[in-house]
Amino acid sequence: MNSCYINSVACVSAQNTLRNDHFLEEVVFYDENIISAINPVYKEYIPPAAARRMAKGVKIGVVASAMALKEAYITIPDAIITGTGMGCLQDSEKFVSSMITNDEQFLTPTSFIQSTHNTVGAQIALGLQCKAYNFSYVNGAVSFESCLIDAQLMFQEQEVKHILVGGVDEHGAHTNNLHKLIGHIKKEPVSTVQLLNSKTPGTIFGEGASFFLLSDKKEHGSYGKLVDVEIINTIKLENIIDRVLHFLNRNGISVEDIDAVILGNNGDVEFDNYYNKLQDGLFKNTQQLAYKHLFGEYNTVSATGFWVGAKILKSQTVPNVLKINNKRSNSYKNILLYNQYRGENHSFVLLQSC
Amino acid sequence: MSKRVAITGMGIISSIGNSVEENLSALLKSKHGISRISNIHTRHKDEIMVGEITLSNEELIEQLNLPETNNYSRTAMLGVIAAKQAVVNANITNINDCKTGLISATSVGGMDMTEKYYYEYLEDNTNHKYIGGHHAGDSTHKIAEQLGITNFVTTISTACSSSANAIMLGARMIKSGKLDRVVVGGADCLSKFTINGFKTLMILSETYCKPFDRDRSGLNLGEAAAFLVLESEEIVVKQNKKVLAYIAGYGNANDAFHQTASSGDGEGATLAMQAAFKVSGLQPNQIDYINAHGTATLNNDLSESVAIQRVFGENIPDLSSTKAFTGHTLAAAAAIEAVYSVLALQNNTIFPNLNYNNAIEQTGIVPVTSIKKKNINHVLSNSFGFGGNCSTLIFSKKL
Repeated sequence: MNSCYINSVACVSAQNTLRNDHFLEEVVFYDENIISAINPVYKEYIPPAAARRMAKGVKIGVVASAMALKEAYITIPDAIITGTGMGCLQDSEKFVSSMITNDEQFLTPTSFIQSTHNTVGAQIALGLQCKAYNFSYVNGAVSFESCLIDAQLMFQEQEVKHILVGGVDEHGAHTNNLHKLIGHIKKEPVSTVQLLNSKTPGTIFGEGASFFLLSDKKEHGSYGKLVDVEIINTIKLENIIDRVLHFLNRNGISVEDIDAVILGNNGDVEFDNYYNKLQDGLFKNTQQLAYKHLFGEYNTVSATGFWVGAKILKSQTVPNVLKINNKRSNSYKNILLYNQYRGENHSFVLLQSC
Repeated sequence: MSKRVAITGMGIISSIGNSVEENLSALLKSKHGISRISNIHTRHKDEIMVGEITLSNEELIEQLNLPETNNYSRTAMLGVIAAKQAVVNANITNINDCKTGLISATSVGGMDMTEKYYYEYLEDNTNHKYIGGHHAGDSTHKIAEQLGITNFVTTISTACSSSANAIMLGARMIKSGKLDRVVVGGADCLSKFTINGFKTLMILSETYCKPFDRDRSGLNLGEAAAFLVLESEEIVVKQNKKVLAYIAGYGNANDAFHQTASSGDGEGATLAMQAAFKVSGLQPNQIDYINAHGTATLNNDLSESVAIQRVFGENIPDLSSTKAFTGHTLAAAAAIEAVYSVLALQNNTIFPNLNYNNAIEQTGIVPVTSIKKKNINHVLSNSFGFGGNCSTLIFSKKL
């Protein structure tokens, strides 16, 4: 199979992740349960007139995609593959609420047009005048990983050289309120430092956009290699270890070969047990890392986990704020990512230094 | 990558029938399913015509034998009905006897429940169960659960080309050997959200839609779900499967012209068709029938006609849009039209383009307007969506 190199990374998030010469040295600590992505200077990437019409998710998606292309010195990619769990929530909410409030009268099309799930991918294509393959995946917590699988397939088909992949989700105020009502967002405010050990149901919600340029050839600036991805809709808790081992086996890798495991713990006492089982078992002697306390939970936050993995491979360093056990590796060759949300949509991603 | 991708099962529910047989029967009788809306209370009910499935949510719940505590959106229920039919039709006794996946498509998702309880949720917790069912992956998850598919499950949403892309990904997963079997398709129910959205774009017809007609005045929205079972050659041989048709080609391209409008030169559509020909190894003159996107909007039908002329030149094959039967069923459209394309191959029949009178002046393309029998070996089906998303599938009797 053809290799798949991560040739650039770009991340817009609730942390200072806009500059790739930094890696979480200065952490922003939050005390709220809804944390927002730090706004980039949009006008550097999007004409102000266009930016005014765009919701935040579209804007940060366009910015992150532009950053990823720039770092890889690619003008127009051969494919654009975007993941979003909730889609364009702000425009959807705007259209539904005015439709209800005005009893289906006096509506304008703008927010409807921009509420479509593939708006981010479409706006990137439109901005670049990129007529290539353009897919959008919308399957909860594996939306981004579905993009990775599609990209791998494309390299296998030998049709393309450079693929832009990314994950993006934005806050919707009404949707967040509803998720508070059903306990998916914690009732009590929890700080960045406390989240992972909070021992209460629910989590904190974030938003962000992470994009990557994947290529079939290694470049000087390459971050690492995407070796394999698997998505699994449902796994019984008692089978999680077997599924991890199966994934490692199919890549000819043992637990000892994993230099760090990046886990999707989000402080939800009801669903972190999948991670805990691996932390206390299979990976108890492996360096364990977590990141959602810094970025919040959202369907495509695993793309930020992917960003963390790629940054570690290239820099061979791990920011302290990510460490959740006292095991340390001397160098980082193989990194495993495992994520799930509310016990569904599990994903394994294997990254390797190159 | 010359592995064949076989279609071994199909399921469908649309405004012209609740099964493949009922849909075929309506198509052969030129019996459309367009009417005034009855299941949704909208102030536009006297101004629009829709392709509505007459079964109410209560009837669907009963048919699926769902518990009272269920939180199924209408999209999910329609999807489960069609996907189950497809699995039965493919004679699958154990869904997990090989690597089986599910790829679904939707644009509306759980919006029907969200718009119903949007503010009520804040006051009253009676319907809170539906909050978690809003997102687009929810209906897919429920279909997976009902079919017993637990591993590779994903959802594509690229507006009105969504299920073409689900079928395309499924075919690629089979070809690459990542999956042996995959259930692919899409589901979308009618909602006030889409009715009002398309209304604000002023592309809803007040009467029966007229695809490819000079005097077309917009589309009829519809609701539907359809799924196909795709299987690898190995599974077909090993399990002695009856093959309904093959997926010969597929292509996706972006028009990169406008968020909602198609370009005047049909660039994206042209590229999608050309890409599908490249994958299939077929030549345009081998296509016996084009099942067009043909939504009956001023913009789409002209742009698609121009693209078809660019790809086929003077020799345009027999062509029709079946949207006048079903309405435009958004993310489900390509999947129901995939079923119709396979039915065209199986029955050597071209289904008519209803409500057509005069050709579009700029292109002069005349669709097939009554049932036409002829030998059909290859069908090309187009689907285009917002965001410039253009997809083409080619279905073949034999490969």
